[in-house]
Amino acid sequence: MPLRDLTASEQVRALAAGDTTSLELVDAHLAAVEADDVRAFLAVDAEGARARARAIDALPTRPPLGGVPIGIKDALSTRDVVTTAGSRMLEGFRPVYTATCVRRLEEAGAIVVGKTNMDEFAMGSSTENSAYANTLNPWDHGRVPGGSSGGSAAAVAERQVPWSLGSDTGGSIRQPAALCGIVGVKPTYGAVSRYGLIAFASSLDQVGPFSRTVTDAALLLRHMVGRDPMDSTSLDWPGAIALPTATDLTGLRVGVVEELMGEGVEPGVRGAIEASLREMEALGATVVPVSLPSTPSGLATYYVLAPAECSANLARFDGIRYGPSVAAETLLDQYEQTRGALFGPEVKRRIMLGTFALASGYYDEYYGRAQRVRTLIVREFTEAFRSVDVLASPTSPTVAFPLGDRTADPYAMYLADVCTIPVSLAGLPAISIPCGLSGGLPVGLQLAGPAFSENRLLDAAHAVEQALAFDTRPPGLVT
Amino acid sequence: MIDAKTVLHVARLARLRLSPDEQQVMREELSGILEHIDVIRAIDLDGVPPTTHVLAVENVLRADEPRPGLPRDEALREAAHVVDDAFGVPRMD
Repeated sequence: MPLRDLTASEQVRALAAGDTTSLELVDAHLAAVEADDVRAFLAVDAEGARARARAIDALPTRPPLGGVPIGIKDALSTRDVVTTAGSRMLEGFRPVYTATCVRRLEEAGAIVVGKTNMDEFAMGSSTENSAYANTLNPWDHGRVPGGSSGGSAAAVAERQVPWSLGSDTGGSIRQPAALCGIVGVKPTYGAVSRYGLIAFASSLDQVGPFSRTVTDAALLLRHMVGRDPMDSTSLDWPGAIALPTATDLTGLRVGVVEELMGEGVEPGVRGAIEASLREMEALGATVVPVSLPSTPSGLATYYVLAPAECSANLARFDGIRYGPSVAAETLLDQYEQTRGALFGPEVKRRIMLGTFALASGYYDEYYGRAQRVRTLIVREFTEAFRSVDVLASPTSPTVAFPLGDRTADPYAMYLADVCTIPVSLAGLPAISIPCGLSGGLPVGLQLAGPAFSENRLLDAAHAVEQALAFDTRPPGLVT
Repeated sequence: MIDAKTVLHVARLARLRLSPDEQQVMREELSGILEHIDVIRAIDLDGVPPTTHVLAVENVLRADEPRPGLPRDEALREAAHVVDDAFGVPRMD
């Protein structure tokens, strides 16, 4: 079997058995990265990756992740490797430290081959807001891969790497996973350290894995979670992330979020979700409708809170300590001209929206109210989890849309995250797994659970995955 | 609906230089987005407190022990303009 067709777990096993070497794996995947026809990567560290592969191959005992290649979203800092967050504001920027989650994976034996494309500063749902390139959907090169972690999703779907890291603020892992027909996990808020993640909205941001199988996502997540002294919002993980084993769902109570199955959801998406729910019942789960009446306000709430937080976080980009700058006569001119010239349109829009929502005279009506609506949403999830174990919905209301289709209408783009945002506002873990096709394009099923229920979510997703047997290979992909 | 004056005021607060065209587009787009956002202004929030953190966590403190900071040459290596081992900036008026 071609090396790229092995899942990450299979690659770890092949290394342990001595059937391949890390260098062989890295070379096979680098060849695909370098031939990249979906433009998933912004930077490739071929020499560094080969050097680390040789070093791991020379060890007497292989580390737990064996020397398997990985792609990293360009929002995560990697020491000495250019990290741009998809922005001209950080063109050529070489961080002086590596993000904790990346460092932990490297210590566990993952080999970073490069940095993946993304919407600028993770703001977007199609990766079209990248200042550098449009990434193409491996299932249809005329369509978007989703976003903001579109490069990480496309790289995994295209088998350029068996797994990758993304970040998810309002859906930026789950939605591109759904649109590219792969698995994506947004962990509980605080489960994974955000140290070294270029901040977008700090009360929402989480790092998580992309992979082709649920087992691979669990294996990667296992080595990422846990408290980090460098991120005061990171939490001790209770126990450990287990590799999923469930093949049935006996006793599992599944709530279907009524508000996320109605208007705006494409019939083909709804059909695939309903078929998955029937499959879950056949596996022994009880499936009941659940109402979360405040979820329709989630999108509006998010588009106050996330821009407000981004307007504060992005104040650091002033062209003085790092990144390019536009020379001017005075300091204030330099700030304004640098930021005016180097931020793209969506980032400016969000900074403006957030600054407005926080400005004197508007704060109570916008930011203040949004934080209170957020409380209603959190309460409704808490209430729902008194009677069900897992909440199910589509991950995205539509399949991948054509490139350019929504770039003229900011709010149409925002609607792509309508199903993922409520979960983010409540800080809960969720997984998206591919559950079928609509018009030849993948549909994602989102399963969400209470805080720290990752093991149950992974088990449930694994059982559904085994039953559905979705083929993650995009049409025409040659490995 | 937000007016041209508000756009200019907010852009100044945000330290963003916008061209006249950008200001016009921004006014239209922000007004459009705010129309959608206005749904949250109609919700009854009597007695609902704001969320401060999604999980029940407490303040986190670390031991107050000295440790090395970033070496100066590393801290300065990405700067656009360095003067006398410090970040160079234009004059402040």
